[in-house]
Amino acid sequence: MKIIAVAEERGGEIRKSSLETVRAARRTADALGGTCLALVAGHGAAAAAAGLGCYGASRVIAVEDARLARRPNIAIAKIIAEIARREQAALVFLPASQAGKDIAPRVAVALEAGLASDCVALRAEGGDVVATRPVFAGKALLDVRVTTPVKVFTLRPNVFEATADAGTASVETAAVPLEEADLVTTVEQTTVASGRPDVTEADIIVSGGRGMKGPEHFALIEALADALGAGVGASRAVVDAGWRPHDEQVGQTGKTVSPTLYVACGISGAVQHLAGMSTSRYIVAINKDKDAPIFQVADYGIVGDVFDVLPALTAAVQRRGK
Amino acid sequence: MKVAVCVNHVPDTETKVRVAPDGLSIDRTGVNFMMSPYDEIAVEEALRIRDRFTGSVTVISLGGETHRETLRKALAMGADSAVLLRDDAARDSYAVAAGLAAELSSLAPDVILFGKQSIDYDDAQVGTLVAAILGLPSVAVVVKLAIGDDGRVVCEREIEGGHETVHTKLPAVFLAQKGLNDPRYPSLKGIMAAKSKPIAEKPAAPASARVAAVALRKPPAKNPGRIVGTDASAVPELVRLLHEEAKVI
Repeated sequence: MKIIAVAEERGGEIRKSSLETVRAARRTADALGGTCLALVAGHGAAAAAAGLGCYGASRVIAVEDARLARRPNIAIAKIIAEIARREQAALVFLPASQAGKDIAPRVAVALEAGLASDCVALRAEGGDVVATRPVFAGKALLDVRVTTPVKVFTLRPNVFEATADAGTASVETAAVPLEEADLVTTVEQTTVASGRPDVTEADIIVSGGRGMKGPEHFALIEALADALGAGVGASRAVVDAGWRPHDEQVGQTGKTVSPTLYVACGISGAVQHLAGMSTSRYIVAINKDKDAPIFQVADYGIVGDVFDVLPALTAAVQRRGK
Repeated sequence: MKVAVCVNHVPDTETKVRVAPDGLSIDRTGVNFMMSPYDEIAVEEALRIRDRFTGSVTVISLGGETHRETLRKALAMGADSAVLLRDDAARDSYAVAAGLAAELSSLAPDVILFGKQSIDYDDAQVGTLVAAILGLPSVAVVVKLAIGDDGRVVCEREIEGGHETVHTKLPAVFLAQKGLNDPRYPSLKGIMAAKSKPIAEKPAAPASARVAAVALRKPPAKNPGRIVGTDASAVPELVRLLHEEAKVI
């Protein structure tokens, strides 16, 4: 049986969440006695695809097409479905990146397949895959099976290991015919917000809440984030107050994040915020209030003033870096 | 301009999730329900589009009798009519999408709006599945939406670390993200007017699920953490622990 791992190409490079997806597909193929092939569809596909053998793909297919430069979602989904059909793939994995989550449902409909989205664990059971996905903003975990002959999965970024080895695979090219209607939705421009990692993909996040007392004090959060190479997160309260942009909001109506380290500064730990970050591997809380609920989920806490602690922590991290 | 918006009736964000005896779903005892928050943003956007272009907003929900409450809220916000596609049994995202698509196919709106995901199962699939089933363009995670008089659309969507400007054409499906607008609260006048707006009920078109639940469980309990100190003097110890114990820095 074959698994196709779809790798997302951006500016000629494969994104980290795609490398995680290829490796997870290879592990699943090994567990089920099958093979794993990687698929890249994009304007820079062939060049970007070269290194995917190191992540466990035994074959790599690149679909190059100048019309894909503007990442038309219908066209990309059509290409993936067509290659999956040609290869008679039983399983299709995509990263649950913004692009992956957009494309996967279209791929699923084209293949008459069920889709298990945003999976955080996969296990082989009885020749099939059981996928685990967080539900109710991570307050619970749901184990699911896809019941159609062909199955599609999207994998949450930053959860599966992108282990590289000495494997190689040569790149095969393929072409899929496209029509005007496939190109109706296009990306005309991309703007990058800051140089920092997005919270959904960051290994470390430094996050601030109302305890920061004002937007100008977020400079302390940013300084620590920069010292750690971290993403910046925010509670709903400070986003609603206009102190920080929506894309930094962590929580039930914001982003759900799974970093290795989450540093919560001046955040009390409302149920809805915890729902967005409680699966972080390690949580540090800095808050003046010893009864703040955040301390119930924190691994390490300082019951103190963020204005005292943050500069000291940033300085200590910077010293380590030297 | 015919606008349709699909809404879901979900446990509110305060809910403490308990697993039901069947081990597959949540225990609904004592749970309060609400319109999924991203769907409120979708309803608000539908109203603004209708008001800009003149037209109508139909709000649709697929589920049991209790979904009427959420439909009433959308009507109170200003939607013109509502449809309850009735199915008392649980459906997966595909079966919900198939049921909605059947209704939307006969309605043939110019604009179809969804929230980007429903905050119960967080699948983030239904809106895009509906677009795929209907053969329509779609844009997900939309934070800005500008529809031209010629049916051309310029919108902005969130991606990792930034935004994309996306162009497409009507008829199309859009999945609303927080930041697209601030949903209005229903006014008293709106609530009164909603009482006489129609909610048409019909059975949801049958559809088979494609994903089956195997088990619903609580996440593993965390070990209790420790307070390292009460001021900046605790920082060296914290850094030591993060380096030597957690090995994260």
